Amino acid sequence: MSFISIQNLTKSWGEAPAVNDMSFDVAAGEFLALLGPSGCGKSTTLMMLAGLENPTDGQIHFNQKNVTDLAPGKRKISMVFQSYALFPHLSVKENILFGLKARHVDPAERNKRLSEVLELVDLGAHMDKKPGQLSGGQCQRVALARAIVSHAPICLMDEPLSNLDAKLRNEMRSEIRSLQKKLGLTVIYVTHDQIEAMSMADRVALLNKGCIEQIGRPEELYDQPATDFVAGFIGHPPMNLIPDEETILGIRPEHIRLDESEGISSKVVNCDYHGANTLISTKFCGHILNFMIQGHRQYPAGHTLKLNWDRGQAHYFSRTTGQRMADITQNHFMNEGLN
Amino acid sequence: MDKDISRRLTLWLLLTPFILWMLLLVVIPHIDMFLLSIREKVGPRQYEMGLGNYAEFFGEPFYWNTLARTAIMSVLATVLTLIIGFPVSYYIAKIARSKQKKILFMLCLLPFWVSELVRTFGWMILLRETGIMSGVLQWIGFVDQPVEMLYNDITVVMGLIYTSMLFMIVPLVSTLDSLDDSYIEAGYDLGGNMVSVMREIVIPHAMPGIISGCIVVFMLTLGNYLTPILLGGKSSMWFTGQIYTQFITRFNWELGAAFGFLLLALSSLMVWGGLRLSGQTLASTVAKS
Repeated sequence: MSFISIQNLTKSWGEAPAVNDMSFDVAAGEFLALLGPSGCGKSTTLMMLAGLENPTDGQIHFNQKNVTDLAPGKRKISMVFQSYALFPHLSVKENILFGLKARHVDPAERNKRLSEVLELVDLGAHMDKKPGQLSGGQCQRVALARAIVSHAPICLMDEPLSNLDAKLRNEMRSEIRSLQKKLGLTVIYVTHDQIEAMSMADRVALLNKGCIEQIGRPEELYDQPATDFVAGFIGHPPMNLIPDEETILGIRPEHIRLDESEGISSKVVNCDYHGANTLISTKFCGHILNFMIQGHRQYPAGHTLKLNWDRGQAHYFSRTTGQRMADITQNHFMNEGLN
Repeated sequence: MDKDISRRLTLWLLLTPFILWMLLLVVIPHIDMFLLSIREKVGPRQYEMGLGNYAEFFGEPFYWNTLARTAIMSVLATVLTLIIGFPVSYYIAKIARSKQKKILFMLCLLPFWVSELVRTFGWMILLRETGIMSGVLQWIGFVDQPVEMLYNDITVVMGLIYTSMLFMIVPLVSTLDSLDDSYIEAGYDLGGNMVSVMREIVIPHAMPGIISGCIVVFMLTLGNYLTPILLGGKSSMWFTGQIYTQFITRFNWELGAAFGFLLLALSSLMVWGGLRLSGQTLASTVAKS
């Protein structure tokens, strides 16, 4: 059995289940991101793993031990909250030591671990300040320190970076990742930001309506999306999804190129200049097709462009189930385009 | 420049009713009361300045015993109100869902639609010798003769708690409401149990609310007249009753005024002491709740 094993986890509050029969495993030292839009059940899942929410059904095993009904403090986990949840009336030092005091760790060990984590997160100078006197990034570091000081093998993180500005978020992303590797932590990380999930995680579980749509390495989700939902969610700008009677054709904006000789004709609707590249929207088979071109391009609306893409980069999904279909060699889209 | 003048004018216009209120109904009467309290009657329509009224208070054990008793019972009622009110407030603020929360809050407010007098008479109907409680106890055979449950200290304290509960719950609910759930979750998550989470996270956070609730309840209780007199009867020995007696029954306004000032001094002293003990300031408790 894996280090963390979740079986048939379900949570419902009477209405449609927030988490529906979810199962997955996490290996020791692995960084798993739970990714999904708001309301997909990712936070509820995390709260159940933390013991702060009781599952309606299913089991949670940490390190071969059934912890489904165990109190949060007894699960040998640490947690980092979105709001950091630093106790405002306690200093940085007292915040970090709160858990060790509650667990009656002896003072000598406490101080040793305190100086250790203060070194790790580089907060020694702010030890006696209150959280209110710290910047957002420093609060985030205190929250991390408070989590890792417990030496718990599992760390649960609930959108820990969403309250930081973009620059700080990039810095903290690599900081959390390197800390996790250095300490060999097993991390389950909830986020709605696909860039965080894709850049930090060993594996990503994409959730939708309380179920896992796909779980796998980031490149698997990007290259081989299992459903049209995954296809539409992963990647920015999102994949173009063009339905016909039975299938949905998916093609990423970054995979479409101009091809004067063999391309499919389509008419420009709009050009959006982004700096490094330009996002162009065209009309294709009655649907909007977005694609990226390097540099600054401006075409008048109605201008005809010839587009093409490699066959290997097209994805097909069933119109009825949304499931990925085996590569179709003959497709009327391509036929139409190649005529 | 014009803006500056109009802003200042707005401020003064808004302040005027408050200043008038304070001046006419609080400051002037109190100055007059104070002058009255340091006036001694030496003969018909002959008065002298002096502290004789205060000396009389300290010289007569009945008077200062009454004040001490009033203070102790008010502290007791305040502490009990806090002990009962805290879990109720915690439930309303943290456990109840939003719709329940409104209903529960409403239920706390509901008794206040009825005047205090009527509410207290309600208690009298329940608790008097020929009252409902006594009747029920006899009917189930628990007692074989009517029991008088009025006119004792327990009933007085209970009545005081009942009267002032809302003033404890309102500030407590508002401070507990402002405590983010994630603090409590983090406390449990870090290994805390219910006792340590309460003691180290919830109570420190709620401290301003606790103190402001306690101050309000203590002041209301200390200055309450109706409940102790009606539920405690003649033997209630409540200090406000004593003040009433001096002013109205004995027509000794000088002594009554001195008593009034002693009560004011005592309540100020106890509030100051409470703030010192809890490490709060008056400003922080008022601003946070």
